[in-house]
Amino acid sequence: MLSYLVRRLLVAIPTLLGVTFIVFSIVRVLPGDPAQAMAGVHATQEYIEQVRKELGLDLPMHVQYARFLGGLLRGDLGRSLRTGLPVAEEVWTRFIPTLELTAASLFLTLILGITVGILSATKPYSLYDHASMFLSLAGLSMPVFWLGLMLMLLFSVRLGWFPAAGRGGLRHLVLPSVTLAASSVALVARFTRSTLLEVLRQEYITTARAKGVRESRAIFVHALRNALIPIVTIVGLRFGALLSGAVLTETVFAWPGVGRLVVDSVSARDYPVIQGAVLVIAACFVFINIAVDLLYGVINPRIRYD
Amino acid sequence: MGTLRRLIRHRLALFGAFVVLIFAVFAIFAPYIAPHDPYRFSLAKKLQPPSSLHPLGTDELGRDLLSRIIYGTRVSLMMALISVAIGLVVGVPIGALSGFYGGVFDLLVQRGVDILLAFPGILLAIVVVAILGPGLWNAMLAVGISFIPTYVRVVRGSVLELREKEFVEAARALGTGSLAIIGRHILPNCLAPIIVLSTLQLASAILWASGLGFLGLGAQPPTPEWGTMLGRSQVYIRAAPHVAIFPGLAIALAVLGFNLLGDGLRDALDPRLKGRF
Repeated sequence: MLSYLVRRLLVAIPTLLGVTFIVFSIVRVLPGDPAQAMAGVHATQEYIEQVRKELGLDLPMHVQYARFLGGLLRGDLGRSLRTGLPVAEEVWTRFIPTLELTAASLFLTLILGITVGILSATKPYSLYDHASMFLSLAGLSMPVFWLGLMLMLLFSVRLGWFPAAGRGGLRHLVLPSVTLAASSVALVARFTRSTLLEVLRQEYITTARAKGVRESRAIFVHALRNALIPIVTIVGLRFGALLSGAVLTETVFAWPGVGRLVVDSVSARDYPVIQGAVLVIAACFVFINIAVDLLYGVINPRIRYD
Repeated sequence: MGTLRRLIRHRLALFGAFVVLIFAVFAIFAPYIAPHDPYRFSLAKKLQPPSSLHPLGTDELGRDLLSRIIYGTRVSLMMALISVAIGLVVGVPIGALSGFYGGVFDLLVQRGVDILLAFPGILLAIVVVAILGPGLWNAMLAVGISFIPTYVRVVRGSVLELREKEFVEAARALGTGSLAIIGRHILPNCLAPIIVLSTLQLASAILWASGLGFLGLGAQPPTPEWGTMLGRSQVYIRAAPHVAIFPGLAIALAVLGFNLLGDGLRDALDPRLKGRF
């Protein structure tokens, strides 16, 4: 297991390096003069030169990249063109809210997705099954930002149950996390249903039932344990979708997270912040994928990491 | 024939095909179907609720919402088709060559794909827009680029399987060149996964392109793009909820249509693909 972890981390290094190179390139491949583009249309020649110097845009490419990597290792992501604050600081303060939002959505995905899926699988082709599978199909097709707007319209504008925007207590978390979780809940519910139905057809379940095991025990103890492995895989793979959806959800609900930071800084052409925020999201995603891989081993001892 | 019959028997897929067809008709015949000019504004009539004159109401500039949604079908379908075409045209050859030749080239391509896939979902498209700047064409290009890694992976997987088949060996024994084998023998056998993936990608393209529009990074006003319309609607959500409801409904329906059609095609063309998409 440990050697597997080390190997996975080693393989992640070229990927992460590639990610840093793409992020590094964002600024360098800007059409026209990058320094001019970063300084803005109305910048004075002096300011443009200052930006060029500060970012080392006048140095050879490989030196620039080496400096960029060196800065990264020291946790130095440059300074925001808009606020002048260190990017690392800005990204960090935005990181916790995003983590909070995605964690809440992941929790909802696990609880709701698996429960709905199990209930569907135990009563296949019933009214409940058809209804929940249709709803989940709708959940998969709805754009996340529109779902957010609709929930906001119903639950905060009309009913006034939850705040429409911002971050605060648990009440602020409800609408954004439900919005973000919806498509993942839908996917996990459908997947749980089909996986569990497949497992329930296996002979050992028939055996269990034949020897008089209660139906609930056959489902929850005998079948679910085996169905859980692929299900957890799918939930883990949803993390990318959650991070990607967070960009849109955070914008709808004015949630002060990294996703919204990316959007705001793209609109404001604040390139150092774009770089920092994108880098953090991508790096997170890479490490989460490794963690998901390791998790399989914990829930399925049959997997050997060699 | 068997495939077509299976598709027709698949009721949900048929419904999906029907929805897609309706949207295609809207896109093609928009000028004849739309009751009003989608660009003509009248501030005196802004944010009106649905009425007999304006079945879905008017937007913040008094433009007819129904007409804008109908014309928006053109924008969204065009964006989806072109971005999927970009993914297809770039991704399929790379995936095929990578799977067929293997070796160092394959290794490099796969590491490249790993890197691109490290930017989850819409983030890669946002990175591309950050470089090129917002706009309809750049958004299309951005979504197209972010589809490339998926095509590479899927086609490579199919080619890896096919290149060991006997008919490939036979072609080689007859002296057929590598590129001819890929073009004439391998790719035609990859059509099923490519068609299914493309249909599902059309759904994703509509979601992502409208997402970029919503964020203000895609099509710019006054273009009647569904996502862009939704982005503007948030400001008026209290006074005029209809402006937020209908464009999103159009997106959801179009995405549902392509998703159902894609699922149906997958089951009809090759049920073994089920685990892969």
